[in-house]
Amino acid sequence: MSRRLDDTVQLLAPVLLVVATAIVGSFTSRATEIYFLTAVLSVAIVVAIYVFVGNSGVLSFGQISFVAVGAFAAGVMTIPLESKTGVLPDLYPLLRDHTIGNFSSLVLAAVVGGLFAFLVAVPLMRLSGLAAGIATFAVLEITHNLLREWTKIGPGATTLALVPETTDLFQAAIGTVVVIVIAFAYQRSRFGRSLRATREDPAAARAVGIDVHRQRLWAFTLSGTLAGLAGGLYVHMLGSITADQVYLELTFITLAMLVIGGVSSLWGAVVGALAVSGLDSFLSEAEQGVGVGFTIDLPQGARLVILGTLMAAVLVLRPSGITGGREFSLPRRRRSAPAAAPAPEGGAQ
Amino acid sequence: MIAAIDAQTIVDALGLGAVYALMAVGIGLVFGVLRLVNFAYGQIVMAGAYTLAFTSQADWPTWAGIGTCFLVCVVLSALMDRLVFRPLRTQSPAVMLVTTFAVAFLLQNVALLIDVRDGTIGEPAASVASLNRAVTVWGVEIRKVSIVAVVVAIVALGLLALLLTRTRIGLQMRAAATDFGTARLLGVRANTVIGVAVLLSALLAGAVAVILTVQNPLVTPDFALKDTIIVLVGVVVGGIDRLWTAMLGGFAIGFVTGVINGALPTDKTVFLPSVVFLLVILVLVIRPEGLFARGRTSLVERL
Repeated sequence: MSRRLDDTVQLLAPVLLVVATAIVGSFTSRATEIYFLTAVLSVAIVVAIYVFVGNSGVLSFGQISFVAVGAFAAGVMTIPLESKTGVLPDLYPLLRDHTIGNFSSLVLAAVVGGLFAFLVAVPLMRLSGLAAGIATFAVLEITHNLLREWTKIGPGATTLALVPETTDLFQAAIGTVVVIVIAFAYQRSRFGRSLRATREDPAAARAVGIDVHRQRLWAFTLSGTLAGLAGGLYVHMLGSITADQVYLELTFITLAMLVIGGVSSLWGAVVGALAVSGLDSFLSEAEQGVGVGFTIDLPQGARLVILGTLMAAVLVLRPSGITGGREFSLPRRRRSAPAAAPAPEGGAQ
Repeated sequence: MIAAIDAQTIVDALGLGAVYALMAVGIGLVFGVLRLVNFAYGQIVMAGAYTLAFTSQADWPTWAGIGTCFLVCVVLSALMDRLVFRPLRTQSPAVMLVTTFAVAFLLQNVALLIDVRDGTIGEPAASVASLNRAVTVWGVEIRKVSIVAVVVAIVALGLLALLLTRTRIGLQMRAAATDFGTARLLGVRANTVIGVAVLLSALLAGAVAVILTVQNPLVTPDFALKDTIIVLVGVVVGGIDRLWTAMLGGFAIGFVTGVINGALPTDKTVFLPSVVFLLVILVLVIRPEGLFARGRTSLVERL
């Protein structure tokens, strides 16, 4: 009974937090709303990264690649037909002559992200540690290079514009909740538990018959699918996107969110994403307000300095993040009835 | 496609390979004792380059500027070691990599904040630019800096090899790189060895900063960032476990990119990064211990 309550709380807490953020955002002005929208979507991206990095313990710098392909797939396919031939003349005819609706474009983004992740994962999931870090970084570089230069599949070095701005707070919240629920269901499933076992002790996990490569493959693919979906939502929020917007800086910020929140729990991913984007929004407001001679178009300076310091400080002082890498639990209940709740229960997840 | 791979291209490529070899050794030295891939190495170089730019704008003599450049690299490396690397020594390689990634981003943005105070991005370093002039050797126009780069690399790496093989501290460093735990049991002082490795790698960063600034006198916050990524790739592909293989990897990737960029027109090289990184993935999957490494089991584990 208490176990089931624990489970429910663990899922409900992050979902409610996201929904609450969306509801608060819907009461604010149009200018402030964008911050809440960004916060909700960064939860989706960070949770997608968490599905692989958190559960497997293998570092990946490459998950933003799947956000990128999802965003570009959804973006390219939803530009209205009448303007498409004008803005993207070099596209393959299949892409140029068809346009799909909002919902189908999100499904397409998820599928493309998942497929790409699967293709990448088949060779890459044999690696771990340092090699995995470098190899996934290579994936990010390749994706960025192709999106920037290959004008047959996208806008190339120019901006992909005229994408319908269909992602409002309602859609973003629904999408993000879907991502959280899938991530939660995955980590409680047999696959998720097997993968978490390989994270704790690869040798022992292999000894009980877990195929480490296959478990990582599934997680990477699922993570890519969710990242693709998040990318689809992202492009429909922005309305226009360049390859540079889904590259190093986004990788850095989303990794910072995950690390600051706590890599090894879903709660950590959600809290980290919301906390850092809250701080981020505050800092960019402050930068606008103070406006100390930032005349050129790179006003993010101070913001990124503070985020970088915070990320490095959390890594050095508290590597398990602000949530300690634990799922959400109701603290009062446990303290009031210590005899009823044996310790191993709490420590299991 | 078969454009001229002339002597000039070859010499420039050699120069680039030499610089990358220096960076590779700088990264490899720290990796040897700390098992830490310093993603922020390029930002140490960048700090040195800014020092050159600012000292040249303040009309300091060139030698003073270069001296300060080395000093800044050493101080920054020491700070990084003390504040970031030391608390992280017991963490996994992945955590350390993410942390140096954060430090790299942090330093880059600090540089941006300092740089944009005058309203423009990029600071010129005029004092060292004279080295960039060409001289004619056997009828071939050669930029002086390419020769300087090759000479500096040979001298620096030669000295380093002597230090590692002929001195007590060098022996201790090699022992620590092979097995840190056992080395400590046998009386090697961890902090000394790590300190010397960090110092040497900082000196190499200083040399690299000078050479790169001569080649490209406009210093920007992302100065040396691209080079670091390429060198890291070269180091891992060559084999990060040993200085020799790391250096060879760095040199090879510098030389090859130099030749390709010099020989092919730019519109043919737009997909070059993809090809390079695809090769990286191939090498990591097929030979995770590195192309030039022989026989030894690597710490770059594979399932």
